[in-house]
Amino acid sequence: MRLARLSALLISVALAGPVFAQSPTVTPPLSAAPKDDGQWTMPAKNFANTRYSELNEINLSNVANLRPEFTFSLGVNRGQESPAVMAGNTLYMVSPYPNTLYALDLTKPGAPMKWRYDPKPEQASQGVACCDVVNRGPTVADGKVFMSTLDGSIIAVDAEKGTMIWRTKIADINMGETVTMAPFVAKGKVFVGNSGGEYGVRGWIQALDANTGKPVWKAFSTGPDKEVLIGPDFKPFYDADKGKDLGISTWPPDAWKHGGGTVWGWVAYDPDLNLLYNGVGNPGPWNSAQRPGDNKWTNSVFARDIDTGQARWAYQATPHDLFDWDGINESILLDITWKGQPRKVLVRPERNGHLYVIDRATGEVLSAEAYAYTNTTTGVDLKTGRLQRVGDKEPSVGKVLRDVCPTAPGAKDWNPSSFSSSTGLLYIPHNNLCMDWESQETNYIAGTPFVGAEVRMKPGPGGHMGEVTAWNILEGKPAWVIKERFPVWSGALSTAGDLVFYGDMEGWFKAVNAKTGEVVWQFKTGSGIIGQPTTYRGPDGRQYVAILSGVGGWSGAIVSGDLDPRDGTAALGFVNAMRDLKNATTAGGMLYVFRLP
Amino acid sequence: MCSGSLKALMAACAMGALLGACQREERDQRPSPVASETREQVALTTNSAGPSPPEIRVSGKGAKYEASAYDQSQGKKYYAWFNCNGCHSNGGGGSGPPLMDDRWIYGGSIENIVQTIREGRPNGMPSFRGKIPDEQIWQIAAYVRSMSGNTSSDSAPQRNDSMHPHPSESRTPPSPPVNGGTVAPSPSR
Repeated sequence: MRLARLSALLISVALAGPVFAQSPTVTPPLSAAPKDDGQWTMPAKNFANTRYSELNEINLSNVANLRPEFTFSLGVNRGQESPAVMAGNTLYMVSPYPNTLYALDLTKPGAPMKWRYDPKPEQASQGVACCDVVNRGPTVADGKVFMSTLDGSIIAVDAEKGTMIWRTKIADINMGETVTMAPFVAKGKVFVGNSGGEYGVRGWIQALDANTGKPVWKAFSTGPDKEVLIGPDFKPFYDADKGKDLGISTWPPDAWKHGGGTVWGWVAYDPDLNLLYNGVGNPGPWNSAQRPGDNKWTNSVFARDIDTGQARWAYQATPHDLFDWDGINESILLDITWKGQPRKVLVRPERNGHLYVIDRATGEVLSAEAYAYTNTTTGVDLKTGRLQRVGDKEPSVGKVLRDVCPTAPGAKDWNPSSFSSSTGLLYIPHNNLCMDWESQETNYIAGTPFVGAEVRMKPGPGGHMGEVTAWNILEGKPAWVIKERFPVWSGALSTAGDLVFYGDMEGWFKAVNAKTGEVVWQFKTGSGIIGQPTTYRGPDGRQYVAILSGVGGWSGAIVSGDLDPRDGTAALGFVNAMRDLKNATTAGGMLYVFRLP
Repeated sequence: MCSGSLKALMAACAMGALLGACQREERDQRPSPVASETREQVALTTNSAGPSPPEIRVSGKGAKYEASAYDQSQGKKYYAWFNCNGCHSNGGGGSGPPLMDDRWIYGGSIENIVQTIREGRPNGMPSFRGKIPDEQIWQIAAYVRSMSGNTSSDSAPQRNDSMHPHPSESRTPPSPPVNGGTVAPSPSR
């Protein structure tokens, strides 16, 4: 019984999927996802966020022989959310706080350290990081490595020498601001936003000049149109997103000043449309009774002119958020044929549990099917763009609302999905969780948490907490689903070898058959995996696959922060679901790189 | 017969309640004003230069808070009002360390905890000096002590009105402080 259950959890459950699109009518635009050069210079691989590699030396026929080639300790046993990024002959990664940037020389055996750069962020910044002291990685462009620090500096480092070129401080920890996102670099600019949606900050994204670090534009997520960079070019598709100064009028007086709307996730760029796409995080506080109104522009996606930051359109996926459903997840840029018409779309697995297919030129929602279990919403009204809520799933102060699915970390949190050009499927690593929620009055005190909710999470239907779903975008349904014991907090990587890589929180790094979800190879690393797998062609012409092992983040905070499992509300309620994690893994911080013999 | 013994029992209960009510917990109705700040001389370590342990000079007023149900109840209220729960949850921790276990990075006595709240600590604990009146800091510290069962069980807070994150503080088994705990990664080099 126990064995059967275990195997049902750990071994993939391949469901009979529909026929695979052999010649996909879904492709990323070439301008945003150019032909693969074998490098992996930015966390999302390309501007289209596909995380797909055309390398196929490692494939279904030989992946069983994959073995570790070298390892490297990052010296910090905290949640490792950085990818190993590869450019030229060098591998780069950023550790969690204290955010050391490492460069490894791939031309030498064992990939020795080429240099390290220590940005020395303020120690106190750890106190305003909501969910472990993570960093989501560096980006390499034009001979520079761009990185962020927890205390809010953006730094450009010489990619060869490891010396600092410029450093710009853009966030203030005394106001609760940190920076955890990977800088996004395009068209000579660095785009980065703040974290701190649980500390009553006012969210923004800004552009810095990649050569000098000088600010070019800054767009707030709340407040007057002038500061949100909403002007005459702003043409949202839905009426609910039209009107003057909605970033003020959809809030109680002055609440927008500490209303969250941070930008800490993924950014995309379409060079043909000259548009930058960024998602916006949750409103503050979590207690929705303290902020009646739609709370714009939290939980929205913006299309902005990349040169000026001026908004072209915006769409609020979750108006008046009830459950911390940040809209910061990745936007994957794809060109599809929709009802006979060619459409340029972006695809977003939202935290609210719906997979949005949005026309990226106009902001029109074409489809929003549920990709995970939900009992809080029934879908999206495509005429108005409005999320349809289930009436009795609304929290009120002082009352425990039970069995809310998905939870505060959403059907899927930050950990990015991957779109495979060979199968035409989107691989979504995500959660299967429910929760009990009680709203409470909370006070705004700058630099301290601004939450106002007691939460207790638990496994969703089926008893497992994680899933990897292969999603057919055109049909709006899964091709297969893998069930995992713990939430899947690592990103996904797909390759032309018909493989999908991801890691689980017990430490298994896995390769599965992209068409069926069958596990075809796995390796047990030293600690739970919450990182971003990458692949590259080394200087020797061989294909390598890299992953950081080291549990932590929000879901793994019980281990990385050594929390007390007796308090179910610990780590904003995640500990209730993760009590067993301390028995399954320990903290770590190690790079593993694999190759065929 | 039957009703007679019931009456006797009720009378005994009423007498017991009356006697109990004679001893009322004392409350300090006019706490000292915001400007004053208690100065307890505590150490953060158990070793010192020389064979004797570190010199500690405390006023002893902490014992009053640790024995007072009123102060711990007030402390529990302020713990939420000043957003302590945003980082430390209901004692299990989050971005801040747990408070209900026996591990104390900066000392687990009530005087240590008062100092931690007032001065802050380098790995992220903010300083609340000038933000929380002295009396309330002591009350919060007494409540924090109750989370690990280190105040008397008849003064520690009882069950919550709503969500129960764990058994109430009054039912938490005592776990005497042990120096240590998770210290954040040291800055490089």
